[in-house]
Amino acid sequence: MSEMNADQKIEHIRGLIALAKRWDLFFTILGMLSLMVGLLTFIVLFVDMAIQGVPRLSVDFFTSFPSRKAEDAGILSAWVGTVLVMLLTALAAVPLGVAAGVYLEEYAPKNWITDIIEINISNLAGIPSIVYGLLALGLFVYYFGFGQSILSAGLTLALLILPVIIVATREAIRAIPQMIREGSYACGATNWQTVKDHILPYSLAGILTGVIIGMARAIGETAPIITIGALTFIAFLPTAPFQGDPPAGLFDWIFAPFTVMPIQMFNWTSRPEAAFTENAAAAGFVLVFMTLAMNGLAIYVRYRLRKNIKW
Amino acid sequence: MQIPAGVEPGVEGVALKADVRDLDFYYGAFHALKKVSMPIHDHRVTALIGPSGCGKSTLLRCFNRMHDLYPGNRYAGGGIVLHPDNTNLLSPDVDPIEVRMRISMVFQKPNPFPKSIFENVAYSLRVRGMSNKSELDDRVESALKGAALWNEVSDRLTELGANLSGGQQQRLCIARALASDPEIILFDEPTSALDPIATASIEELIIELKEKVTILIVTHNMQQAARISDYTAYMYIGEMVEFGITDQIFIKPQKKATEDYITGRFG
Ligand SMILES: Nc1ncnc2c1ncn2[C@@H]1O[C@H](COP(=O)(O)OP(=O)(O)O)[C@@H](O)[C@H]1O
Ligand SMILES: [Mg+2]
Repeated sequence: MSEMNADQKIEHIRGLIALAKRWDLFFTILGMLSLMVGLLTFIVLFVDMAIQGVPRLSVDFFTSFPSRKAEDAGILSAWVGTVLVMLLTALAAVPLGVAAGVYLEEYAPKNWITDIIEINISNLAGIPSIVYGLLALGLFVYYFGFGQSILSAGLTLALLILPVIIVATREAIRAIPQMIREGSYACGATNWQTVKDHILPYSLAGILTGVIIGMARAIGETAPIITIGALTFIAFLPTAPFQGDPPAGLFDWIFAPFTVMPIQMFNWTSRPEAAFTENAAAAGFVLVFMTLAMNGLAIYVRYRLRKNIKW
Repeated sequence: MQIPAGVEPGVEGVALKADVRDLDFYYGAFHALKKVSMPIHDHRVTALIGPSGCGKSTLLRCFNRMHDLYPGNRYAGGGIVLHPDNTNLLSPDVDPIEVRMRISMVFQKPNPFPKSIFENVAYSLRVRGMSNKSELDDRVESALKGAALWNEVSDRLTELGANLSGGQQQRLCIARALASDPEIILFDEPTSALDPIATASIEELIIELKEKVTILIVTHNMQQAARISDYTAYMYIGEMVEFGITDQIFIKPQKKATEDYITGRFG
């Protein structure tokens, strides 16, 4: 190379760069293609569902019970069931998951018992959901006698998403710099004061994101809910508190039988008539919309809460 | 300076605020402080100097039991006696929270909480159960004045502490440390993350603060120790090599090792 003059050297370098950059181009295209496969599949499925289902969407569809006649059938019992089950899932899973995550990060002694618990929490997240259904059938439905109720379903899904919330809580807590913790203790704060005044507020964005992602997973779960015995056809709502005769108690609804959106869809797709397939597509559209709305909420919450926190 | 009854005067007849006696400290199996002894004089600035890794921060963090936060750390002998009540800060019977309520700390990098300027300072008071608004207002204002920050922030107390400049953030942390009216404030290289102008203002502030409080400061900057401290302790690999009046340490050190370090022949 010593015999090259300056111009030749520059030419040579440019040639090398051009060659190397071809790989950049190659990988950009490869990456975009990979992305497209996933994205396009989703878009095609979603558009297909929307084309079939959207014409069925009307106020009646949301306010009607399922019916033997496809054009009269609606998702009232299903969406109410889904909302109520999700409410109980959140009420059970959030306090338990957050408390467990905070305990593991801020209180637990660092020893082998804690290590074993940590490994198993990650494992729990990988257990097939139907196994949770079987566990719940034995534990909640029969042993505790909650029956095939909204309560049993809510607790089952809570178990299912507990690992997600615990892991999200721990990751959010770990992102808090140690010097913030030390700053709090140096002021004379106790463990609990540090958790309540700093750890929880500063990790809230991450925790909420985890909660919503967990809920978005739970909302589409079918197998464990069928396992514990959700009904596939239900033409009444749980009695609201203080309604009916004799008046229902504040919490009577949690023992009511129920169905949820994915089960309603599953029920309709198994019917031969094309009209029911349209109903299923419409319900699917609503379910996907609910999930996307939750994810949107997660992004918004994260953005709002993180605005004040920079490290 | 009045000498409280029962407290031995230290060098030059100044009362002692605390003294470290034959302190041994371990990080797991690592012997980080070896039989360290030194006095801390009341309402004076004492500087800890020495090469990086010699144990300055380790010694400083014994004073507010920061080491208790981590497993494996061990106070293995000796103690730190706080005057005038003769409490051994490191005694297992003494609650570390109680120690931190009496001795506050300013860290190497400014570490304001992601809260408002007001709430940052008020936090030291809130952990002590203070919730009366006008009382909090008064105490926060006087702490911010004490930290020479009030004029710059009095009209934006609800803004985030993190929006301040680095030097202002460090003064905010000083205000937070000052608000609870501590007996000693510990500083761990408080200016090492700051520019020269911010450094000068913090140094000036530390000199003013000794009217109110006893100060123990770690610095790796010898000029800084010479400028602001009354007493200087020179440490080397976990041992206290020499302690004395700052002027004497810098002009006529007793030990050859101290002289070598100060004259830059090593370190
Ligand atoms: N958490 C820790 N675990 C183990 N060793 C540590 C820890 N912190 C500091 N050390 C060691 O203790 C010695 C003193 O550290 P330190 O007090 O931070 O030094 P300085 O503040 O004087 O630079 C160093 O050798 C350092 O590596
Ligand atoms: Mg240090």
